[in-house]
Amino acid sequence: MEATKKEHQLLVSVSPHVKSEETTSRIMWSVSIALLPAFLAGVYFFGPRAVFITALCIISCAVFEKLYLKIVDKQSTVGDGSAVLTGLLLGMNMPASLWSFSPFTAHVPVIASFIAVVITKQLFGGLGFNVFNPALIGRAFALISWPKAMTIWNEPTAAFMAMDAKTTATPLGILKEEGVAKLLEVFGDKMSLYQHLLTGNRAGSIGETSAIAILIGGLFLLFRGYISWHIPVSFLGSAAVMAWIFGGKGALFSGDPIVHLISGGMMLGAWFMATDYVTSPSVRRGQILFGAGCGVLTMIIRLKGGFPEGVMFAILIMNCFAPLIDRGFRSKVFGAVKTATAKEIKK
Amino acid sequence: MGLATFRGGIHPPDKKTLSANSPITEAKPPKIIVIPLSQHAGAPCKPVVSIGQEVKKGEMIGEPGGFVSAPVHASVSGKVIAIAEFMNAMGRMVNSIVIENDMKEEWTGLKDSPDYMNLSADELKEKVKAAGIVGMGGAAFPAAVKLSPPKEKKIDVVILNGAECEPYLTADYRMMLEKSREIVEGLKVLMKIVGVDKGYIGIENNKPDAIAKMQEAAHGAPGIVVMALEVKYPQGAEKMLIKAVVGREVPPRSLPMDVGAVVQNVGTAYAVYEAARFGKPLIERVVTVTGEGIKEPKNLMAKVGSRISDLIEECGGFRDDVAKVVAGGPMMGFALSSLDVPVTKGTSGVLVLPEEGVIHAEEFGPCIRCGRCIDICAMGLMPSMISVLAEKGMYEEAKEYGLFDCFECGSCAFVCPSKRPIVQLVRLAKSMVKP
Repeated sequence: MEATKKEHQLLVSVSPHVKSEETTSRIMWSVSIALLPAFLAGVYFFGPRAVFITALCIISCAVFEKLYLKIVDKQSTVGDGSAVLTGLLLGMNMPASLWSFSPFTAHVPVIASFIAVVITKQLFGGLGFNVFNPALIGRAFALISWPKAMTIWNEPTAAFMAMDAKTTATPLGILKEEGVAKLLEVFGDKMSLYQHLLTGNRAGSIGETSAIAILIGGLFLLFRGYISWHIPVSFLGSAAVMAWIFGGKGALFSGDPIVHLISGGMMLGAWFMATDYVTSPSVRRGQILFGAGCGVLTMIIRLKGGFPEGVMFAILIMNCFAPLIDRGFRSKVFGAVKTATAKEIKK
Repeated sequence: MGLATFRGGIHPPDKKTLSANSPITEAKPPKIIVIPLSQHAGAPCKPVVSIGQEVKKGEMIGEPGGFVSAPVHASVSGKVIAIAEFMNAMGRMVNSIVIENDMKEEWTGLKDSPDYMNLSADELKEKVKAAGIVGMGGAAFPAAVKLSPPKEKKIDVVILNGAECEPYLTADYRMMLEKSREIVEGLKVLMKIVGVDKGYIGIENNKPDAIAKMQEAAHGAPGIVVMALEVKYPQGAEKMLIKAVVGREVPPRSLPMDVGAVVQNVGTAYAVYEAARFGKPLIERVVTVTGEGIKEPKNLMAKVGSRISDLIEECGGFRDDVAKVVAGGPMMGFALSSLDVPVTKGTSGVLVLPEEGVIHAEEFGPCIRCGRCIDICAMGLMPSMISVLAEKGMYEEAKEYGLFDCFECGSCAFVCPSKRPIVQLVRLAKSMVKP
């Protein structure tokens, strides 16, 4: 009788009947948490403005996503954490100096958020269907629309409440405009330069400066299995090789790969931007090509292009190729190629 | 590391301790038995008894309906009271023979032949065929058909599947512990039938006592090797097992015999022994009744045709908040809409799952292209692409991504963070296009 009573309530669905505990939102929130060390380093060096800019991006992204989905009458997906993650990444890719009221530039993060979430993500079909990394398109749009405001770099200062920090150039800017000698002069010597770049005590976007903090977050993702090594290693590896071969003054094979790896947006890009699931290939072997493409393009732009930094454009260009790479590196179907043992049997 | 295995695969919690230590016990004989005339892959049987007829235990009541078919036998003695369509575990209506049990357990056709190994290969195969033996791992493919490869296929190895990679299930495990000698004898019969001198028994390494038992039983048997396999789902899938044990890959759309292998489940080997030695048909099997939702998990020797509700009752009934009952294991089993369905030759388990941990099908999101399913697909497919294409109705394109190479093990749906019903989408696509 007990059994008959239960029958009406039995759930019927297709196998499997057990599933892993991993969820999309858990992944998104984990990536957000992994970004915290780098974000906190940014706050430490660039003060409360870093918090304001990032918060503005996060709130804008979440609100725009909610509003858009309400207008098109779709279920809200803000809870999956992807809009918040986009906002966090976008904020960390902006200079803290944007928090300024004369001239007024505090609208830039808001508009960039709109471009990221509504244009780049939702209009392409929402999470999973966007071709380009939303945060990077948001940033690219801002950089092209407000080239001046987006390239005002504050000097890092540990003076926490400093709202009027002095402006300066980024290490890559100095390298591009004035060369390596000047860069060393500014930072004292090579070891001092490395030290500044590793800790994040240098001008740059809020979340990109501290190579160590980014590495901590990146390794967290790697060891938790949220990302694989393929993209970061091929990205950084190919960039290092390019920097070593072509990065020197005059002679080949005389460049300094370390400076290039830990400056600009290289670390943030390799660990957090290029590894975005949706806009990178999902076949591991393909990811190596993708990462290598990012690294090579970054260095071509850095060394030969008009911009001091090339990470953003490199990743966006490679985003276009992600579906194609997946197709080209389609995994081998089990047994599709006859193994040696199978041939032996034939004999 | 170092254990034999295949590429890919997943590690779902195995949950085997629920029932692993409960020895096989005979299920109470039910009053009414419903025996489906189609319990196997291939053609359904034709009934050879009529309503009102008295039948003995072990009497053939349905004859094979074709080459790929297997006879069915009465699992109790008693009276045929109906021949009609009844629902099976897959929810299909199947022509079935209903027998009222007279509780006398009167056998027919049993004959002890201790010298069965002196019989010829063909005689032994005939015994397997007459006993209605099918693959007992779940797919229920008629065993005699597998043992009759075309002449041009040279078979050189028989592999017994003791992997039991489905979580929760312990039927094969208990068989290996309690019937190890009989399983080895069954393997010898199988080897004789296909004329090979190499036999392997592949067992996942999470069953060290079963491995030890089987090794002991196989000791001194020429050509028989017990092999420990890495614990990984779907290690017990035929193609994965062959790869792990003898290192051969069965090409797409091919069968194990194309690489010279015949694979049978350890439970099947036991049935083969019983058929060869005693002429006993396949009328009962071990069913693991388990899951967090059942009061007393057990491994029951149940008669084919027993109702699943009877087995649940024998195991103390449900705990509160039962959400799902599955025939088979959690990865590939069938969710039951009714408990009033019979145990068949392929029913390896009855799994009772409580509300907690059950995923409701409607709660799924878009594919975020994380690549987890591609990493773990044992067949080397891209389940993400297949599921997206199937969702969009692009079935022909899904076919190009190896749709028909998928054997629906469910590993992709297990790891998917968006909880996408990938297996369901695969089945949908398969039904919409020709292979």
